[in-house]
Amino acid sequence: MGDILTPTFLLILLFSSIRLATPLIFAALGGMFSERAGVINIALEGLMLTGAFTAAVATYELSNPYIGFLCGVAAGAFVALIFAIAVIKFEADQVVAGFAVSLLMLGLPAVISSRIYDSAGSTQQIAKEFLLPDFYNRISIASILAFALIPVCWYVLYKTPFGLRIRAAGENPEAADAAGVNVIKLRYVAVIMSGVLAAAGGAYLSIGQSSLFTRGMTAGRGYIALAALILAKWKPIPVLFACLFFGFTEALAIQMQGVIKMPSGEDVPVQFIQMIPYVLTIIVLAGFIGLSRAPKALGVPYRKEN
Amino acid sequence: MNKVFREITWPVVAVLAAFVVGGIIVLLIGDNPFVTFYHLIGNSFGSLNDIGYTLFIATPLIFTGLAVAVAFRCGLLNIGAEGQLYIAAFATAWVGIKFGGTVVTIFGKQEDWSWYSLPSILLILVCVLTAVIAGGIWGAIPGILKARFGSHEVINTIMLNFIGISLVSYFTQYYFKIPGDPILQTAEIGKGAHIPRISQYIPGMPDFVPLSVAFLLAILMCVLVYIFLWKTKWGYELRAVGENASAAEYGGISPKKQIIIAMTISGGLAGMVAIGEVLGYRYRYYDGFSDGWGFLGIAVALLGRNHPLGIFIAAIFFAVLKRGEIFVDIETKYVSKDLVEVLQAIIIIFVASLQKFTRK
Repeated sequence: MGDILTPTFLLILLFSSIRLATPLIFAALGGMFSERAGVINIALEGLMLTGAFTAAVATYELSNPYIGFLCGVAAGAFVALIFAIAVIKFEADQVVAGFAVSLLMLGLPAVISSRIYDSAGSTQQIAKEFLLPDFYNRISIASILAFALIPVCWYVLYKTPFGLRIRAAGENPEAADAAGVNVIKLRYVAVIMSGVLAAAGGAYLSIGQSSLFTRGMTAGRGYIALAALILAKWKPIPVLFACLFFGFTEALAIQMQGVIKMPSGEDVPVQFIQMIPYVLTIIVLAGFIGLSRAPKALGVPYRKEN
Repeated sequence: MNKVFREITWPVVAVLAAFVVGGIIVLLIGDNPFVTFYHLIGNSFGSLNDIGYTLFIATPLIFTGLAVAVAFRCGLLNIGAEGQLYIAAFATAWVGIKFGGTVVTIFGKQEDWSWYSLPSILLILVCVLTAVIAGGIWGAIPGILKARFGSHEVINTIMLNFIGISLVSYFTQYYFKIPGDPILQTAEIGKGAHIPRISQYIPGMPDFVPLSVAFLLAILMCVLVYIFLWKTKWGYELRAVGENASAAEYGGISPKKQIIIAMTISGGLAGMVAIGEVLGYRYRYYDGFSDGWGFLGIAVALLGRNHPLGIFIAAIFFAVLKRGEIFVDIETKYVSKDLVEVLQAIIIIFVASLQKFTRK
């Protein structure tokens, strides 16, 4: 145990944590806008998958990761719009509709990729030079973007009239309405923003961390991002730390593989390593949820009084 | 009568709308939607063989649909049926091996893996109880977490799906797989734990049709869930919390207790999938056996308006689609079987969106 805690190991762990936290930061920030405006966003998982799939296809076809990334983000905005229409206009149960979007994005990419690549399981491998670049082989350009977005989102949420209105729409939509805020329109914008951000996180997964899209490749990251958001009490700066925490546990789990042995001298089974982030999410939620307070009107459809 | 009509109208509209959207997707992909949908639903009731398979697929869907509905009636969304049925299936196979006198052959050598050999009737009973209890425990965990800490059952059930599926995969791989078996599955359960197949009673239905008496149990559970929810005090209390938790609490009902009860029952119902799967079909735990039955249960419950009769019909409907997906894969040029998953998601979105109109 002692000989693995070298500076090199710790550095690897740090960079690995940052890399694994990156998609979570994007998704959690997206969820933040939607939930602060009053719309529960279980759809994050599906929006991430949308971004991941679209970016992988577009990057492969166009051989340009930046255009691919933008395509992924645009697709995320589009799917988020559909979700927004269901939950805002038709007042569908937000949790049910959000889950359905995630389910849709398990099936739809498979239908499309089996048509265009004759393979339902994954898209085509993208050559390394067409992936989102890493600096010094360590830090992805997407990680830098994610970290830069934290202060930007903080500024938008707390220092602009738009942010104030979003918060008002989620806390007290009636009062916001009385003050002249168009709550419905704001919620649409907030949900679409969540689609853009979550899809960006997904795009990084397929064209940054990996080099192709595989079915269900987010593996619950959308839900973990939601847990991080709750842990962070729906605030942008704590979101960074919550996501880094989840990224760190995943990094630790990967680095532990083959290093830490069972009492019998065998490797710790891979199944247990894989379980760690999920177990931790449950523990963290149980331990911290009492301390955080959700936006008051979260999950409540808004109907304008005549 | 008007009420019944309204209950039926919107689910039907949702399904039709989903088929329109699905048809557009098929068209964009380059196939004929009518031909595709014909293959999707045209192979379900033509022969005793087809009927048997369709009802076989409907069986787990009835259980998971009921599971999701009981939680729904208490205001909870149980996305964890998938994990619950995996845990239950493994536990059932484990009991079927340990108390079923299982003797395995490892590289030519015989080894007794069982502790005891129970008589058949007793063994089946113990296995069935195991399925219910194991699923119930896995369902109770998010219930307790919600009641005790207020953490959202949706995130917890999703996390428990990942954990449960990994856990049983681990136990299967390291402890219950016959060494040398290339497939990730446990040894076979004892012969005494096998439940009868329906083909025994119906002349003309081929022996290989895996429809078992678990289907009859599923029908029985529809009736029991109906009686529980609408004819007993417990069911009333559970629904009261789902309708309005604070009003129920004011009336002397503990929402926390009801949440735990609802999630436990829900998990137990999901666990019953193991009966048809392990005792009636594969006679072992097979890793990755579920074709998303737990998630499909959500669509079944929603389309069935969380009512046992509706769930029965919706389960048959989705079983038809599931049965048809392989024919779509084979018979159409471009459309893959994942179209069913897409249709399922679109149906959920439409049902949820149209719910607004049924409230009036």
